[in-house]
Amino acid sequence: MNVEERNRAYWRKNLQYLWILLAVWFAASFLCSVVFVEQLDKIQIGGYRIGFYMAQQGAIWIFVEIIFLYAWLMTRLEKRLQIGNGGEQAEEREEAAS
Amino acid sequence: MNVQAWTFVMVALSFALYIGVAIWSKARSTGDFYVAGSNVHPVVNGMATAADWMSAASFISMAGMIAALGRDGSVYLLGWTGGYVLLALLLAPYLRKFGKYTVPDFVGDRYYSQLARVAAVVCAIFVSFTYVAGQMRGVGIVFSRFLNVNVSVGVLIGMGIVFFYAVLGGMKGITYTQVAQYCVLIFAYLVPAIFISLMMTGNPIPQMGMVGKGADGSYLLERLDGLSEALGFHRYTGDHMSMINVLCIMGALMIGTAGLPHVIIRFYTVPKASAARISAGYALLFIAVLYTTAPAVAIFARTNLLETVRYDENGEQRDLKYEDAPEWFLNWEKTELIKFNDKNGDGAVQYRGEFSETPNELEVSNDIMVLANPEIAQMRYNVPNWVVGLVAAGGLAAALSTAAGLLLVISTAVAHDLLKGWAKPDMSEKKELLAARVAAGAAVCVAGYFGMNPPGFVAEVVALAFGLAASSFFPAIVMGIFSKRMNKQGAVSGMIAGIGFTAAYIVFYKYIRPDLDEAKIWLWGISPEGIGVVGMCINFAVSVVVCKLTPPPPEDVQRMVDEIRLP
Repeated sequence: MNVEERNRAYWRKNLQYLWILLAVWFAASFLCSVVFVEQLDKIQIGGYRIGFYMAQQGAIWIFVEIIFLYAWLMTRLEKRLQIGNGGEQAEEREEAAS
Repeated sequence: MNVQAWTFVMVALSFALYIGVAIWSKARSTGDFYVAGSNVHPVVNGMATAADWMSAASFISMAGMIAALGRDGSVYLLGWTGGYVLLALLLAPYLRKFGKYTVPDFVGDRYYSQLARVAAVVCAIFVSFTYVAGQMRGVGIVFSRFLNVNVSVGVLIGMGIVFFYAVLGGMKGITYTQVAQYCVLIFAYLVPAIFISLMMTGNPIPQMGMVGKGADGSYLLERLDGLSEALGFHRYTGDHMSMINVLCIMGALMIGTAGLPHVIIRFYTVPKASAARISAGYALLFIAVLYTTAPAVAIFARTNLLETVRYDENGEQRDLKYEDAPEWFLNWEKTELIKFNDKNGDGAVQYRGEFSETPNELEVSNDIMVLANPEIAQMRYNVPNWVVGLVAAGGLAAALSTAAGLLLVISTAVAHDLLKGWAKPDMSEKKELLAARVAAGAAVCVAGYFGMNPPGFVAEVVALAFGLAASSFFPAIVMGIFSKRMNKQGAVSGMIAGIGFTAAYIVFYKYIRPDLDEAKIWLWGISPEGIGVVGMCINFAVSVVVCKLTPPPPEDVQRMVDEIRLP
C-alpha cells in the first residue's frame, strides 16, 4: 500500500467511526432523553426510571465513553496503518524488541 | 473556629496557592503565553479544561435551575456536556494538528481571507467579554454573601488575583492554577452533596442515592413527584417545556459549547492530535463528576425543601408555621434568597405551584440549593466547620478559573490575531508578548468594570453568545476540515447569514419586543435560547449553495486540509 492509499484508507475509516459514534451520541441525548423519554419511563428497574435516568445521568456517562472509545479506536487504526503517533509508538516498540 | 473564620482561612489559602503556582509557571515566550508551550499532559489539560468550562453558574446556580425544571433540566446537563463529543470527534484533533494558536488563525488561513480572520476575532472577543462579565459578578457576589465584603471590593480582589496570574503566567500560569482550582471546586461541591445524600437516603454516593429509597422506605423520586403534584407544581420527572424547544435549546448549547473559543483554545496546549482526542475525554470525565452530582443535589434539596414546608415531624401534612421555620430558612431569608410574603396572614408558609388555586407565598432563589446545603447537612451531621468554609473558596475557584480562560482568549485575539496577524505582521516576539500582557491587563480592567456595574442584560447575552458560537464558528470550522471544496465565498456568506439570522431573532425577542417573547409567537415554537440550531442550519445551507456557484479554493489550501486530516 503506498502512502496515498494508506492516507485515504485512514480517512475513510475515520469517517466511518465518526458516523457510528455520532449516531450513538444523537440517540443517547436527543432520542432517549427527550423524544422517547415517556416510553422509556414506563420501564423501571428499582428506582431507575430509564427515561429520566438517561436524561439526567446516563447520557452524560455515554458521552464520556464515546470520546474514550473514539480515542482508542483511532490509536488502534494509526498503529495498524503505521501512521502518525500510534504508528510511531508501534515502530519504537519494534525497534526496542529487535 | 466558626464557619465565618474558616471561610476566610480557606479563601486566603486558596488564593495563596494560586499565586504560588503562578510564580512557579511564569511564561517566557509567546508559545508559553498562548498555548503553554504545547507540552501539557492530556490529563492535566483535561482537568484545566474542566475548571475552565465550569463557571460560577455551574457551581452555584445549576443545581437550582435543574430543581426548578425537573426532568427538563437535562437541557443544561446534556447541553453543556454533549458538546464535548462534537469537540473531541469533529474539531479538537484537527485544530491541534493545524498547530497555530487561535480559532481566528484557523479561519483566516483556511479561508485565505483577512476579512474572515477579523470577523472571527470580533466574534471571539464579543463572546468572551459577555461571559467574563458574569464571572466577575459571580466573584463579587460570593465575597459579599460569605465574607460580608462589599460586592465592588470583592470584584477588585478577584481582579487583582486574576491579573497577577493571567498577566504573568499567560496560558501556562492559567493551566496550572486551573488544575488547583478544579481540585478546590470539586471537593467543595462533593463533600456537602455526600452528606446530604447520606441524610436523605443513607447512601454516600449522590448519583446512586437519587434513585434510592428515603427514610420512609419509598423511592425518593416517587415521593418528590407526589409532593410536587400535591402542592400544584409540575411532576418532577414529567415534562415541562415543549419537546421541540427542549431539543433546540439542548442542540444550541451543545453546538455552542463546541464552538466557544476559550474551550477550543485549551486543546492547542497538548503535544499532538491524539493527545487532543484523549484529553477531551478526560475533560468531560472531570466535568461529569460535577454534572452528575448536580441533578442529585437538585432532587435532595427540592425534596428537603418541599418536606420542610409540607410535613411536620410526625409525617402529617400541614403548612409550615413561620415561627417553626428551621434556622437555615431564617438565615437565607436575611440574604433575600428566600422571600416569604404572608398573603393570607395566617402565619403559615403556603408554598404552591402554578397549578394550585392557593396563592404562592414563598419565593426561593435557584442559588440556594447549593449554598444552603452545608448548613442543612450540619443540622443532622457533625460536618466540620472547615468543610462548610470551603464552599466560598469553591465558588471563587469556579468563577476565577473561567474568567482567566476567557481573558486569555481576549488578549490572544488582540495581540496575536489583530496586531501580529493583521495590523503589524513584522512585530518581534518580545513586543508581541508585551502586547499580549498589556491586552490581558486591559481586559481584566474592562471585565472588572462590568462586574461592578453589570449591564442588566447579562443573562440574555449568554443566550446570544451560545447562539453566535453555534451559528458561526462551529459550521465554519467543521466545513473547513471535512469539505475540501468549501471556499472563502461559501464560508463567509454562510457565517454572515447564520449570525445575521440568529442575532436578529434574539435581539428582536429580547430587546425590541420583549413583550412578545412567548411560545405562541416564536418561530416553530423555538425560544431565542434555542434558535442557534436554526442559525447553524442556515449557515450550512447558504455555504453549500454559494460554494457550488463559485470556484474551488486554491491548491495550497486544499493541500493544507489534507495535511490537517492526517494525525
